[in-house]
Amino acid sequence: MEFFHKVTRFPFMNTRKVWYGLSALLIVTSVGLALIRGLNLGVDFTGGVVVETNFPQAPNIETLRAGLAGAGVAGAQVQAFGSSRDILVRLPPDPNAKGDQIGAHVLEIFAKTDSGVKLQRTEVVGPQVGQELFVKGGWALFATLALILIYVLFRFTPKLALGAIFAVLHDPICVVGFFALSQMTFDLTAISAVLAVIGYSLNDTVIVFDRIRERARTARKLSIAQVIDESINQTLSRTIMTKLVTLLVVVALLIFGGETLRGFSAALVIGIIAGTYSSIYISSALALDLGLRTDDLLERKAAKPEEIDGLP
Amino acid sequence: MIGYPRWKIALVAIVLVIGIFLALPNLFGEENALQLAADRAAVTDADRTAVVQILKDKSVTPSGVFLEQGRLTLRFSSKQDQLKARDVIAEARPNQFTIALSQASRVPPWMRSLGMAPVKLGLDLRGGVYLVYQVDVQGAVKQLLDRREQDFRASLRNARVAYQDVAVDYSQNRVRVLFRDAEALAKGRAAILSDNRNLNLTDVTVAVMPAFELLLTPQEIKERQDYAVSQNIVILRNRLNSPELAVSEPQVAREGVDRIAIQLPGLQNSAEVKKILGKTATLEFRMVDENNNPLEAAGTGRVPLGSKLYYTRDKQPVLLKRDVVVTGDQLTDATFQPNTQDGAAVSVGLDSRGAAKMLKNTQENLGHLMAVVFIDRSREKNAQGVEVDRTTEEVINRATIRGVFSNNFQITGVNPIEGRELALLLRAGGLAAPLTPIEERAIGPSLGQDNIDKGIKAMVFGMLAAFIFMGIYYRVFGVIADIALAANVVLLTALLSMVGVALTLPGIAAVVLTVGMAVDANILIYERIREELRNGVTPRAAIAAGFERALSAITDSNFTALIAGIVLLSFGSGPIRGFAYVLVLGIGTSVFTSVMGSHALVQIIYGGRRKLDRLSI
Repeated sequence: MEFFHKVTRFPFMNTRKVWYGLSALLIVTSVGLALIRGLNLGVDFTGGVVVETNFPQAPNIETLRAGLAGAGVAGAQVQAFGSSRDILVRLPPDPNAKGDQIGAHVLEIFAKTDSGVKLQRTEVVGPQVGQELFVKGGWALFATLALILIYVLFRFTPKLALGAIFAVLHDPICVVGFFALSQMTFDLTAISAVLAVIGYSLNDTVIVFDRIRERARTARKLSIAQVIDESINQTLSRTIMTKLVTLLVVVALLIFGGETLRGFSAALVIGIIAGTYSSIYISSALALDLGLRTDDLLERKAAKPEEIDGLP
Repeated sequence: MIGYPRWKIALVAIVLVIGIFLALPNLFGEENALQLAADRAAVTDADRTAVVQILKDKSVTPSGVFLEQGRLTLRFSSKQDQLKARDVIAEARPNQFTIALSQASRVPPWMRSLGMAPVKLGLDLRGGVYLVYQVDVQGAVKQLLDRREQDFRASLRNARVAYQDVAVDYSQNRVRVLFRDAEALAKGRAAILSDNRNLNLTDVTVAVMPAFELLLTPQEIKERQDYAVSQNIVILRNRLNSPELAVSEPQVAREGVDRIAIQLPGLQNSAEVKKILGKTATLEFRMVDENNNPLEAAGTGRVPLGSKLYYTRDKQPVLLKRDVVVTGDQLTDATFQPNTQDGAAVSVGLDSRGAAKMLKNTQENLGHLMAVVFIDRSREKNAQGVEVDRTTEEVINRATIRGVFSNNFQITGVNPIEGRELALLLRAGGLAAPLTPIEERAIGPSLGQDNIDKGIKAMVFGMLAAFIFMGIYYRVFGVIADIALAANVVLLTALLSMVGVALTLPGIAAVVLTVGMAVDANILIYERIREELRNGVTPRAAIAAGFERALSAITDSNFTALIAGIVLLSFGSGPIRGFAYVLVLGIGTSVFTSVMGSHALVQIIYGGRRKLDRLSI
């Protein structure tokens, strides 16, 4: 079986203004959403308490809420977690609350509604830890981007590296936008998903670049825009096939992985789609607009004697 | 023409065989088990025989018995046997062992003896409690300064040198000793240096008074802080390993500069453990001031010189001498004795320094009263939410010295319930610096099982989808990729079993991701082969070119993922680290299997054919 039996001839470079527009729209929407709606930061970052309980029958959340409020537990968010029988309670950081006691306390209050309730999980994160993890997460993102930039600079040319970095920035921004839109909890696992997305998305870009370099050296008669178009088309089947298979696996995680992995797998799905898009439509186009020339891609040792000979 | 060297095929085969062998322990599953640890000593072979005999007498047969690293593990085929055995052992040998309920792998003994074990499961998969404590390293430095101050005062007093003041400045990390004149200063310096030879004392002038100061260098401060953290780790380990707390396989590790992370697998309720862990109890022995009236001192608030006012548990005032006979850090042992002729008691052992002082003191003070002061430091939040250290000092016992003793004696008059905890806390030692819990994650065992089920289900379905897709899309080559994928999972399992990194739910997600990456590498190669075929290259040349030309792209793409993985690893907080470990290991195995492994398979399938007209790709 083969989806791409003939090499496609999509004019990616001629239509690039359209794709720039789409990307700009995506980025502006994502940033806007993140600024206006904000992210639903998890307990990892805000500090506080999470108590997960399991009921034999689906309870009425309003009753539970009223029960907590009646017992003087202030600021509690009560919501279903995955199924309607799993109830998650989130509490703001309280300097006087001790982890196991708050878990037992919530359980006690819930037991009045249904005595069969079980405590599944408690997480207590001190506010200073939350702050630290947030800062550390930011640094990890920054460090990954910086290291990847260095790697691409080392492997390719500055113009391609800039194109790659932009494409790579584009994808996590879309993921963050998605988290702001869906109000899914953004926690440590979501950060690791974002980092994995960065690694993944670059992967496609690098493979396209690899081909551009190869083509630039062999097909010297073509203009650089033609070389890029050909390269993207030639690698198109590979780009789409690999991402399709990876998506299959990640969608299995999304469906079967349970609530704990939901944010993680959703972030990956969005990130992979965005990454595929940006490496096909954006990264090489940007390099072209940054003034990429065939000369940039020729091996330096081979290029020098040609200059001495006065050849173009 | 494909020309894949034989040694590479052999290498792939060898690695795969070793991988399968190392992954074997994961097939055996787990059984209910008991873990027995002896307090402060390893469980011996004799204990093992005795325990098995005790069980045999009550007709409980364990399905496996192992003595490893000083812990005795007993496996049982049913939950009832496990619980019955626990009761039987606890009854026959009270207080001898910590008995913790746990799960143990059914791995056969010969595999065990080779050090082979199944993949460890993280707390999110097996249930348990994860705690992070902040060590008050500033407090540790303060304690050092306080001790220096006390030492200085004692040295000066003993040498009868008149001094103006001994002042501690915590913010400057220094202790200053002030004198009236230079002559006193010289004497004072000599007195202090004769007691503590290695101190670096600098002369200063404070408000025209001659003085010298001890300034802690940054190096000393750092050493002290490191000491506080590592000492606390040792003490926490001791506390967790005592029979009073039944915890199986507790892990205590330093995290960052001033934090300690504790993992308690299988533990349900952390309240009891936290109560014991956070405590900083110690003892002091002081002589009772029998010449003054404590009630008067308490009433007027004027305490006679050389004495200090204390209270007993029932709030009776007591006057004790300021000079301490023996302090808690000279304790070497403490055991609880429930039934002595004087009721419950704690039997105490002292080190040689403490024993010498105690001997001298009991000789000099025969017939006089000696008191035991219990000092409990805890950290609490006050009404404003600010953390304060609260020190409770109470006299728990006053007794007439009836004989001369040195390194071994009993403290009577303790409450039977508290005696046990007291013995534990004394034995485990005082914490070098106060601890504050800052993070706690507790996962119930049913949720753990649930997470395992979901993780495995996701893995199976994800891989199945990828398998089927590859088989249909690339036919024979697809099946080759599938075999490589399966080999990848086996090798990854082997690596994880060997390295001993705990597998967490994010770790399972990483396994799924590496499957995606392994597929990616194969697709790169196959698409390249197809492309070469389309360009009219012969099948053999296409295979060679496909594997060769795709390599640079595979290297690049895996390298970038590796960068992300390594950053994640160094970023290293609990759940993320579990993900990153598997990702980094998985990148290694997936590159190996999808490049070398599948190339070897292609060689085996197509390499031997004399005529190769078309490929099933």
